[in-house]
Amino acid sequence: MTEIYEIAIIGSGPAGCSAATRAAKLGVSHILLERTDHLSDTIYKYQRGKYVMATPDNLPLQSDLQFEADTRENILGWWDEGTEGSGVNVKFNSEVTAIEGEKGDFTITIANGDTYKAKHVILSIGLQGNLRQLDASSIPGADNGVTEYQLDDPKDYWDKDIIVIGAGDAAIENAVALAQNDNRVTIVNRKREFSRAKSGNISLILTAIKDELLECAYNASPVKVNEDSMVLKTPEGERVVPADRAIARLGAIAPRGFIEAAGGVFEDGADFPRVNEIYECDRPGVFIIGALAGYPLIKHCMNQGYEVVHTIIGDPVESVVRKELATKFQVIPGFNDVQSMLEQIKAAVPLFQGLTLLQLGEFMLDADIHFKKPGDAFMEKNEAGDSLFVIHEGDVEIPVTADKVFRLGQGQFFGEMGLIMGRRRTATVLAARDGSGAVGIEIPRTAALKLIASSPQAKKVMDETAILRQLQTFLSPELTRDDLSELIEAAQTKQFGRGEALIEEGDEGDALYIVRSGSATVSKKVGNSDVVIAYVPAGQFVGEMALLFHQTRSATVRATVPVDAVELDGALFRSLLDEKPKLRAIVDKVAREREEENQRTGNDVVSRKIEFLTSIGLGEATNAIVIDEDLCVRCDYCEKACAETHDGVSRLDRAAGPTYANIHVPLSCRHCEQPHCMADCPPNALQRDAGGAVYVDDTCIGCGNCARNCPYDAITMSALPAKKGGLMGWLLFGGKFGPGEAEKPKKSKENKEMSRKCDLCRDVDGGPSCVRACPTGAVIRVSPEELFSRIREGA
Amino acid sequence: MSAHTSFLAHERFRWFKRSAWLCLITIVAYSAYAPVGGRNGGTWVGYGLGTIGLLLILWLSWLGVKKRGFSGGSHTIRGWTSAHVYLGLSLTIIATLHTGFEFGWNVHTLAYTLMMLVILSGGFGVFAYLRYPAKMSENLIGQSASALKKEMQDLDIRIARLTQRLPDSFAEAARMSLDQTKIGGGFMALLSGSSKKCGSAKAVALASSQAETLTDSAQQTSATEMVASLSRKAEIASRLRRDLSYKAIMDIWLWLHVPLTLGLIASLGAHVFIVFYYW
Repeated sequence: MTEIYEIAIIGSGPAGCSAATRAAKLGVSHILLERTDHLSDTIYKYQRGKYVMATPDNLPLQSDLQFEADTRENILGWWDEGTEGSGVNVKFNSEVTAIEGEKGDFTITIANGDTYKAKHVILSIGLQGNLRQLDASSIPGADNGVTEYQLDDPKDYWDKDIIVIGAGDAAIENAVALAQNDNRVTIVNRKREFSRAKSGNISLILTAIKDELLECAYNASPVKVNEDSMVLKTPEGERVVPADRAIARLGAIAPRGFIEAAGGVFEDGADFPRVNEIYECDRPGVFIIGALAGYPLIKHCMNQGYEVVHTIIGDPVESVVRKELATKFQVIPGFNDVQSMLEQIKAAVPLFQGLTLLQLGEFMLDADIHFKKPGDAFMEKNEAGDSLFVIHEGDVEIPVTADKVFRLGQGQFFGEMGLIMGRRRTATVLAARDGSGAVGIEIPRTAALKLIASSPQAKKVMDETAILRQLQTFLSPELTRDDLSELIEAAQTKQFGRGEALIEEGDEGDALYIVRSGSATVSKKVGNSDVVIAYVPAGQFVGEMALLFHQTRSATVRATVPVDAVELDGALFRSLLDEKPKLRAIVDKVAREREEENQRTGNDVVSRKIEFLTSIGLGEATNAIVIDEDLCVRCDYCEKACAETHDGVSRLDRAAGPTYANIHVPLSCRHCEQPHCMADCPPNALQRDAGGAVYVDDTCIGCGNCARNCPYDAITMSALPAKKGGLMGWLLFGGKFGPGEAEKPKKSKENKEMSRKCDLCRDVDGGPSCVRACPTGAVIRVSPEELFSRIREGA
Repeated sequence: MSAHTSFLAHERFRWFKRSAWLCLITIVAYSAYAPVGGRNGGTWVGYGLGTIGLLLILWLSWLGVKKRGFSGGSHTIRGWTSAHVYLGLSLTIIATLHTGFEFGWNVHTLAYTLMMLVILSGGFGVFAYLRYPAKMSENLIGQSASALKKEMQDLDIRIARLTQRLPDSFAEAARMSLDQTKIGGGFMALLSGSSKKCGSAKAVALASSQAETLTDSAQQTSATEMVASLSRKAEIASRLRRDLSYKAIMDIWLWLHVPLTLGLIASLGAHVFIVFYYW
């Protein structure tokens, strides 16, 4: 009689291997069935030497197998050793064709007809076994051997014509790697842009296309594959492109037929089969984990493999996520168990309504929980900060004027202005002085942005509250939600690209705009040219003149960087003003001050300087280095000081960068309101500190995404440390390098090129050393508002 | 107020005011105290002035070390430079009063002379720092020297390409421009920034005169382009030379200022030693 295994594990990816190893360690009888002749085929097929990330960073690993961010080779090595060392019973070349029977007595048939019996089945086959392929019935020649669906090593090809089909991450990475190895590469994109890929890869491919490293056929699709070429259908008609090899990277899908036969049920429109909280699918005894259950990250897969084995043998472990959360929740008074706390949080916070408990749990891993005694501050006014706070318990107070205090209670949030506008905190928030303390959940910027992007409900709640708060902050704290509800409901958020006009001079227009993020300039036509008269940072409103005085637009308001604005209906706003004479007085006062200011700054020189500075993107800066060339003696002590304080690598290029009149803006970080560099950092190594400095922490992996994403060339990738010169050696012994001068750093395996950028000398007493080292006062670091006001006063 | 504050105006002329006060006090002390035997360095006021002067000189010299230290702290080098300039100038009064106007051919007067030379060279430095930065910007018109050098290289390629379409006589102009357009060079060449011997400037003249002999219209077009390219190159070269010469002027005074300071400190040592050992 054949042996009946306790568990049969199908598929030996990270999830399957982790499950099998756990079973082996526990002495549970098991069998691991793998279709190919090696473990982990998906990772096996990664490009040779590929660096594999271990995201999410803060999720702890719970597995008997080793895993951390490293190369494909090392990771596969650990898993081979780990499974072998713990005595995993693996059968290679065993593609499963059928799973019959029921819980306690499954019969599993493999391709050669052999059968195995098991009480439970873990299905962890992933998706990559089922790659989307070109359809040979509609594309003749798709099966002639020219087309492959993976690329093992780009170095296998040299001086060849290669077509890469696809627009995802894999296609982009393959295409660029092949092109870098001196192949003539054409990438075929069915759409007119790359949007599906990670933004780092998008900039990678766009740069490659611009530099003519490779060619891109947009809106194109293959119609025929010949022995040495491919026919593409393009908007300009059919085109024959030479091809020694075609590599199609079209993604992967769940093998639906097989899953359904195994008992999985796909809900309407779902890409993955339904599983419950212990990963069991609709057929009892069959557990689906890993990518096939919708968890594409390796760490998730491995943890699930471990957990599910424990579940099956009736000894459930608490998941590592829960364990982590338990420690986090300790600070909450009266906390006892994670599940009920999660339920409580979900019920209390409207922002989290769209999340499942599993998602919320994982989301909370990123968050920090603070308990503050009455009167203690969660955040201080003017402190830099871009995280979002949600009140879990207690009340908070926000003093807005000497006698006006806002109060927020359970479930409400604050800090969204810092998050949306990228500017310093607009108010201090304290735990209510008359309460018994407050518990706040602090959600870091990336997690908060992810939440807004993934949950339409969260976005709506956030948008409405943000508009209300902005109106309260910038018009009058006296306004209530009831006063404004009609206005807010009719409000629309609008995006404007760099250089696009929110308001055009001379137009009929009745809308008022609040600039939520980015910044704009106000300009007037004088003769044939536009003269810039004012600068509008995020948080301010524009368009009030036409609205108040029923006239055409008196000036043009143009976005200097991408702007996110809220459009308020003019008629509604006017009726609000009619009802509230106090508010009317406030808006009138702002309008009057602006008009005065506008009359004053018709000065041509000032206007040109501000126009120049905004044209080079200073509008989105929070702290930029600006050199007065009339004072600069070109001694480069700023650069030397920078190098001296930063391991010999200067983060400032004094001579480079744009110049107008005596104003020179050298290449160095401007600490943008919404930093472009942060957008796509795999380990989330770019951070903003309370002082406002955007810096790189020591988790940087040197991928270069930030350097590519920075529009101002302010980030360099460089090795460390360079040999530094000393004063005495240089002065007395003719040393080659003086202080602040150094050998060019050489990269090596140990000394990798990492992201190097200005950190505003956050660890140095006294502030930026470039500014302090300047002997003549030519170097300053300022915010644009400060700079513009100084330029105006100086004129 | 402009966006920037120069070292001279640091903290609303703080060091100018302090130095002025210091001078005033020393003048009053010098005038008020009339010892028997006349005013000189050997009186109590004289010792006082000498001590102040000595400490000032040592402290002022320390700027050279301080500005290369790149250390943290609340100070700025701008503030140090400001103090350096104004206190340095105040030495002309303090040290002169210290001498009691007694000069001779001795080590004491040597120290005084060296000090005045140091101050004089420093004064030129201030003048250079005020005058040349703006001239440098004006000269390069918002471009960087490296961008202009790159443009020159591109022009060289274009000129070489144009010579292929023109008679051999034009090759001489191209070669002249390529071989004799020197930027920088020896001390005098660097400092003068003169473009009199510029190969490209001469090549422009040569190519223009050659161009007049051409009859073929395609060649005439190429020749015009060649003359334009050579003129642009000559223009860039002359701007780069001027750039270097301005920079050289801003640097050169330090080559006097620093060695003279070292000499001054040595002679001061001798002065103090002799005063206390022999008198």
